[in-house]
Amino acid sequence: MRKPTFVDTILDGILDKPLSVKILASIIAIIGGLLFGLLVMLLLDPSRAFAGLTTIMFGVFRNGGRSIGNMLYYATPIILTGLSVAFAFKTGLFNIGATGQLTFGAFFALYVGVNWTFLGPLHWLVAIVIGALAGGFWGMIPGLLKAYRNVNEVVASIMLNYVAMFFVTLMIKTTIYDQQVARAMAPADSAMLPTMGLDTIFGGSSINAGILIAILVTIILHIILSKTTFGYQLKSVGFNRKASKYAGMNEKRNIVLAMTISGAVAGLAGAILFLVPGKFMSIENSLLQEGFTGIAVSLLGLSSPIGVLIAGIFYGTLEIGGFYLQVTTNFVPELIEIIIASIIYISALALFFESVILKRNRKRKESLKEVADE
Amino acid sequence: MSELWSTLTFLMPLFIASMVPLAIVALGGLFSERSGVVNIALEGIMVMGAFIGIVTMRLILDNSELGLQWIALIGLLVGAIVGMLYSLLHAFASITMKSNQIISATALNLFAPAMSVFIARIFYGTSNLNLGGNYTISEVPLLSDIPIIGPLFFTNAYLSTYLGIVIFAIAITVLYKTRLGLRLRACGENPQAADSLGINVYKIRYIGVLTSGALAGMGGVIFVLSFATQFRGTVSGFGFLALAVMIFGQWKPKRILLVALFFATIRVISNAYTAIPIIQDISVPSEIYSMLPYVATLIVLTLASKNSQAPAAAGEPYDAGKR
Repeated sequence: MRKPTFVDTILDGILDKPLSVKILASIIAIIGGLLFGLLVMLLLDPSRAFAGLTTIMFGVFRNGGRSIGNMLYYATPIILTGLSVAFAFKTGLFNIGATGQLTFGAFFALYVGVNWTFLGPLHWLVAIVIGALAGGFWGMIPGLLKAYRNVNEVVASIMLNYVAMFFVTLMIKTTIYDQQVARAMAPADSAMLPTMGLDTIFGGSSINAGILIAILVTIILHIILSKTTFGYQLKSVGFNRKASKYAGMNEKRNIVLAMTISGAVAGLAGAILFLVPGKFMSIENSLLQEGFTGIAVSLLGLSSPIGVLIAGIFYGTLEIGGFYLQVTTNFVPELIEIIIASIIYISALALFFESVILKRNRKRKESLKEVADE
Repeated sequence: MSELWSTLTFLMPLFIASMVPLAIVALGGLFSERSGVVNIALEGIMVMGAFIGIVTMRLILDNSELGLQWIALIGLLVGAIVGMLYSLLHAFASITMKSNQIISATALNLFAPAMSVFIARIFYGTSNLNLGGNYTISEVPLLSDIPIIGPLFFTNAYLSTYLGIVIFAIAITVLYKTRLGLRLRACGENPQAADSLGINVYKIRYIGVLTSGALAGMGGVIFVLSFATQFRGTVSGFGFLALAVMIFGQWKPKRILLVALFFATIRVISNAYTAIPIIQDISVPSEIYSMLPYVATLIVLTLASKNSQAPAAAGEPYDAGKR
């Protein structure tokens, strides 16, 4: 029994759109994750906890252009793995295999990067294309299994992650192995991603053309999903596989294609991750974390390409913050992974937040309606 | 003959070291999935259980005169309790909040190694935690003297092996011979039907997930005790391997035991093949052996997809309004 206030106008503006409610849920997840990080720091060293939190959030501005450049450098592979996970998710597939596709793509890109020096200036470009193709091939396998044998893509991808990991270790050992340091060789200079002058713009940071590729892929996937018949079909299969089939769509082909594209993007991430100076593929047989971080970024970005781009940049910010965290406080960068894991967990509860927000909104509306009825 | 014998006695502890945690953790996965909740967080739960279990064992070892096997027993129990508490997060998200079970489990998998390395680095200055003792049982009185069986099963053995056998027997009994087991399986196959008969689906599923947490947490401690001299915030994908064991074993305990046996054999071959003369002669790279369990599981999945034994309702949040 009250009159609409200024606050109501704002709330109407936000809560009447399903998208903004979802964005609100993402923001809640981020705040929740950061608060958990703060809690951990408070428990361990209360005097530095708040300094730690500000470092995590604003560390990216410490060294001007340089740290922003580095932030984009860290964000690039994560944006791509995030896009990979998000694209599959739009077709109702959970690609937990991004890490395997990334590893698989990275190896082939690196193989080309080490050996095919005859390619000259096109060397790096061919290398990342091969990386994407390899990743696409690896993503296609769970797609085929899902479409034609009804094998759960999550389980199949988990198995394929480990197969890829051992396979790549074996391939590195037999082809591009550097015995002295017991890891893969570095790519030739011509295979390193060009910096295109970005490093000068961003004051001597590690940034390279990868970020431009990531933005390009974001735009392409956005167009595919929202402007093409193919994208419409993919989303339709994601909503209801049987109904799509009934509507005359080739749902099997769409599932295979979605997983292949998803894998290709992850493979591209792998190529971009390793075709840079100072990064080497190891033979340690541990799954690369980038694939899993992609899941977090995809969730926060609401599985929309542009959302993923923004969430990926947020991740880069955290990563840089984690780097400075070690410099300024006693905390170690693993705190960032803890925060990311908490964000994923809270995102899992997002549906609950959405329903709470919507319920509150309905109550608020009812209270306004009563005024109108009088 | 004597050479073969010495190889066998050398390999047996390695073999058991693989098989027991695999079987126990896979059994954990089974309890969760048969109750209707997919649990790919086994890996993370193992890490969490192992981490706190090992820290506890270190603290007791440094501050008391307690015998090593008692410490191991305490470590295993702590691992189980921690695993149970940690899996509560997964249970809460997937049962009460009806969240996506894969996402919640992924969070658990990422959180555990990050947390354990973070804590270890802050308190011990390193991410490697030393066990500080050798927990193998060099000899069991009397039993070690039995010919053949003695040297194979009661020399250089682990407490966890015997405990594992007991747990396995209890688990099969609970699953197939008790009312709880029947209810658990019912909730994984047709929760609506179970609910209509007055079974509290939520409660049963909580029991399933928490049991899997306890077994995985304990499995984590067993893994570290039997493989390593230190813990480095990882169980090397063993949780996912256990998941493969469970799937390959088609969600049935006895088959799981056989598959664990098979995978353990492969693992021993891949890790210690230089010690096995015949295998060494074939000279297949160890990575091929390491890959085998995962490839085999994929093949089983592909072939069995039409008549999969997977619990029908696994992965579906229970919604009483949805019939």
